[in-house]
Amino acid sequence: MRVTVIDYKAGNLTSVLKALRYLGAEPVVTDSALSLIEGAERIVLPGVGHFAATERLDSTGMTGAIREAVGRGVPFLGICVGMQWLYAGSTEAAGQAGLGEFGEECSRFPECGEKVPHVGWNSLEVEGTPRLMKGVKDGEYVYFTHSYRAPVGADTAAVANYIEPFAAAVERGNVMGVQFHPEKSGETGLKILRNFLEWTC
Amino acid sequence: MLTKRIIACLDVHGGRVVKGVQFVDIVDAGDPAALAARHAREGADEIVLLDITATHEGRQTLLETVRRTARELFVPFTVGGGIKSAEEAAQVFEAGADKISVNSAALADPTLISEIGMSFGAQAVVVAIDARRDSDAQNPVRDAQVFVQGGRKPAGRRVVEWAREAEERGAGEILLTSMDADGTRAGFDCELTAAVSEAVSIPVIASGGAGTVAHFADVFGRGKADAALAASIFHFGVSSARSLKEELVAAGVAVRLPC
Repeated sequence: MRVTVIDYKAGNLTSVLKALRYLGAEPVVTDSALSLIEGAERIVLPGVGHFAATERLDSTGMTGAIREAVGRGVPFLGICVGMQWLYAGSTEAAGQAGLGEFGEECSRFPECGEKVPHVGWNSLEVEGTPRLMKGVKDGEYVYFTHSYRAPVGADTAAVANYIEPFAAAVERGNVMGVQFHPEKSGETGLKILRNFLEWTC
Repeated sequence: MLTKRIIACLDVHGGRVVKGVQFVDIVDAGDPAALAARHAREGADEIVLLDITATHEGRQTLLETVRRTARELFVPFTVGGGIKSAEEAAQVFEAGADKISVNSAALADPTLISEIGMSFGAQAVVVAIDARRDSDAQNPVRDAQVFVQGGRKPAGRRVVEWAREAEERGAGEILLTSMDADGTRAGFDCELTAAVSEAVSIPVIASGGAGTVAHFADVFGRGKADAALAASIFHFGVSSARSLKEELVAAGVAVRLPC
């Protein structure tokens, strides 16, 4: 199965590609080719950098192509900053709009004596019966590394708690996002990636 | 809840594990890829591979080792040892590392930290610090001396001020080795670890001195460490990362138990 992985020059794609291949998918990487996005069967938007890097999605025209693909039902998974981009924006880069699929804004963890960034394995509480979280039990651990996060909302698929509860995963129809790194989260992470690869409408 | 991390460390030379975590009951105890996979399966939260070769020919071997080790490893994977430039770091990332660790090169040129962070994100840059308490200093712990070249040469820096600078320059984590405790198996230097951990907002990984399970509980508590490096825990009466973690849970430490 072909998976279009979007490269917007925000970090290393190697681990994501490796995990997708391990699960039997054929990832193809693009940093601008709109035809690849227009013809995509499945899209992954990774990201480990700064929210400002998503500007490249706009300047290359990839934002519009993604919006169109998502509109016709192509399964989409945003990882880390890629999930945050699904929201209206982030206080990390004021003025840089996200896709706006979810209305809330991402913001930094509050300063209260706890360390920021939030780095390490934290447990998930699954909300409802999201397809992305199929087979994932409450209390399973995944690997996080981030300073900004999305608030818990109506489309939150899983909640994690650090300082306060935040959205660890989001899902509405074919649009999905995870704040953690499924490609670095052992068996639980692979299970979630497999759920994404098996998602059909 | 966020758990404390147990990180398995493999020292490699010429593509083989030369010390560190070793098993008596697996045939190929020296193969980094096999050992990394086994640690991950048994519950190690991360794998660190430290190259102690540091020769030009050795670099190519290292990249091949990283590639092989990363292939089926789905927990965070850090590679360190002799990385001197952003170009070398890029090659190691390309081979499959999620994070790189820099030590002497960052002290020689601190802009290396931000340079690598710019391309790969702050979370991908671990600054390793080797420190020894300085009994002549006003505060022997906070002003512990930083050493380079594998602990052979003083760098002219103090541990807390250097850790703070590393954070300001965009380090994602600090890997702190106590040279006083290293090799003693008498416990981590909890005071040193706490001094650094309280001085920065980024995670601190404690290293050096582990001898018993209680030492880990101690460095997570009193030492305020976010993670601890287990170089040779399997000499200490526990047979795997899993049993170390089970004992830590019993001691009230929040760790991730493998499924």
